[in-house]
Amino acid sequence: MKHTVSVLVANESGVLARIASLFSRRGFNIESLSVGRTDNDDISRITLVVEGNDRVLEQLTKQLNKLIVVYKISDLTQESVVGRGLALIKVKATATTRSEIMQIVDIFRGKIVDVSTDSVMVEITGDEDKITAIEELLRPFGIKELVRTGKIAMARGKK
Amino acid sequence: MGSLTGAQIFVESLYKEGVETIFGYPGGAVLPIYDVLYDAKFEHIMPHHEQGGIHAADGYARSSGKVGVCIATSGPGATNLVTGLATAYMDSVPIVAFTGQVPRAMLGTDAFQEADITGITTPITKHNYLVQDVKELSRIIKEAFHIARTGRPGPVLIDIPKDVLQEEAEFVYPDNINLPGYKPNYDGHELQIKEAAKAINQSKNPVIYSGGGVIISEASNELRKLSKKGNIPVTTTLTGLGAFNERDKLSLGMLGMHGTTEANLAISNADLLIAIGARFDDRVTGRLDSFAKDAKVIHIDIDPAEVGKRKIVDIPIVGDVKRILTVLNKMVDKKDRKKWLALIDNWRKLDEMSHAKKDKKKLSPKEIIEAIDELTKGEALITTEVGQHQMWAAQFYKYTKPRSFMTSGGLGTMGYGFPAAVGVQVANKDSIVFALAGDGSFQMNVQELATVAKNKLPLNIAIFNNGYLGMVRQWQEMFYDRRYSSVCLKMQESCPPGCSSPGDHCPVTTPDFVKLAEAYGIKAKRITKAEEIRPALEEAINSPQPYLLDFIIEEEENVFPMVPPGGSLDNMVLKEEE
Repeated sequence: MKHTVSVLVANESGVLARIASLFSRRGFNIESLSVGRTDNDDISRITLVVEGNDRVLEQLTKQLNKLIVVYKISDLTQESVVGRGLALIKVKATATTRSEIMQIVDIFRGKIVDVSTDSVMVEITGDEDKITAIEELLRPFGIKELVRTGKIAMARGKK
Repeated sequence: MGSLTGAQIFVESLYKEGVETIFGYPGGAVLPIYDVLYDAKFEHIMPHHEQGGIHAADGYARSSGKVGVCIATSGPGATNLVTGLATAYMDSVPIVAFTGQVPRAMLGTDAFQEADITGITTPITKHNYLVQDVKELSRIIKEAFHIARTGRPGPVLIDIPKDVLQEEAEFVYPDNINLPGYKPNYDGHELQIKEAAKAINQSKNPVIYSGGGVIISEASNELRKLSKKGNIPVTTTLTGLGAFNERDKLSLGMLGMHGTTEANLAISNADLLIAIGARFDDRVTGRLDSFAKDAKVIHIDIDPAEVGKRKIVDIPIVGDVKRILTVLNKMVDKKDRKKWLALIDNWRKLDEMSHAKKDKKKLSPKEIIEAIDELTKGEALITTEVGQHQMWAAQFYKYTKPRSFMTSGGLGTMGYGFPAAVGVQVANKDSIVFALAGDGSFQMNVQELATVAKNKLPLNIAIFNNGYLGMVRQWQEMFYDRRYSSVCLKMQESCPPGCSSPGDHCPVTTPDFVKLAEAYGIKAKRITKAEEIRPALEEAINSPQPYLLDFIIEEEENVFPMVPPGGSLDNMVLKEEE
């Protein structure tokens, strides 16, 4: 099963290397990873999506906790969370297909952020399924280039 | 104190940490440190290879309980520490290793003697630091010692660029430590301890499986109380030897691949396993799903990541072993458990089968180790390398106190024991120290003979010389059809290809260890007859100088009992096939 794990870490050099080294050494599989600073300049948040059963996740959490640079770990899988990713998709577009593409992008509440004679660049945010869905719909037009961020997530409500 | 250079801050900080001894090897990047050490009040021991230095720091730490400190220069000096760090990390030994680094402006430029040692050692240290600013140096040193010695101890490395050592700053040694990501848990969960006591009191056939954590936590007395009160037999791991007096009736000796029959059968027949400061290593458990298969499992350990890592545990208790046992002991009922102990006594007789005296021409390793045991009353400090002699040292010496057996358990580092003995002797100047070694392992850090000679350390070195990498040869004999591939230390071009029949016709191509020792100015003797064993040992022990004894043992002696790799503990090979 897929788990979304949020890790608060010290915002200093080498932290990502420590975490990546731990994952490769212990054989954990990272599906996606995103890093950014939090409202506190000294602390960064790493959001990980990892594949594994509960025992794997328990080991992963415990091993991560042993790193001195790791402050706090929360498993956001079970909780009610908002999870988002961002994708930029460059799609082939001619005068005839351009309006159809724009309609699809509208339905997904995406944005056209760049237009050229033979392509458009689409910006889309949302959960994983939504981004995959638009990717599939745009594929028949011809995807020239695609880039997706890792997932970021936050628990809903008071937490 | 005014402004000090980084190197001076280094020295002052080590004074604050109470450091007395440093094992260090100089070099370009640490010149500023060595200039200050010229006047400093430390006992400085220079090894003859950085690996020897860190193993010595390791032996110093394991035998004294203090933090071992070592220094190496940048690049190759630093990379020579790698095996020592990994050894210490696997066995949870507190070490702070300092390495020099190229000046900050040259970092990342492939400068002369530059190596990314923090990158290299991330997976084999508890933590490491690259000091970027001299103002951070004292804080980092304080944190490093704290991290190394607390919680589950381990090695910490501090990499210091040369210009940081030269730069000046105000010296302030911080009073407090602020590590929000490091809060070891010491007190076990009270309800869990109650659960454990209940399980112990209900158990008919309990076994204590005691690991190195009991020694680290200084919990030998508490372990003895638990065992005595409930009449619970104790088996220890390799690194746990000495935590429980092996001359006690409740001692089962070591368990695992070369454990005693009584220990392995007790584990296999137990209804309750009390694992204390141990980590279910594969050399201990054999086939995991049959390890203590009928037992409820209590696991006490300070590292939460060890709990449930390999074996599923019924009653986990995370915290300091000593504190937990102190609470637990009050709740454990007195019991005699006569039936269970009688059953175990029967298994003890089986174990004797593995060590029956055979009629052989050359020396028996068992006889040698038993003679050392008798002559030192089980009170010597013993170090070993890795292989057959290591297992014999574990089986035949009867350890009576903690911190008396120093061996590389987790990493299995050949070349560990002899340099470690240097550190052990430095930390315990009045103790009898024995470095037991195979003729293969000994040559991995043989250069430390110079360190021993120079410092006049009254070490006793005993080489178990069988002309083979004995343990690998044993596996080739048992599992690879006696095809002795690259294990004969005497093999020459003139030998028949694939020779597997050693004897008097063999050439002598391993060094003459007696002459080698003498070349360093160390007294030495070769022993080939059984009646020479004791007199030679007595002479070495009584000599105030270092002494090397080269025991010529049976070439194809094997270690028994043995649980074949991947097998169950109750399925031991007890002795040689006739």
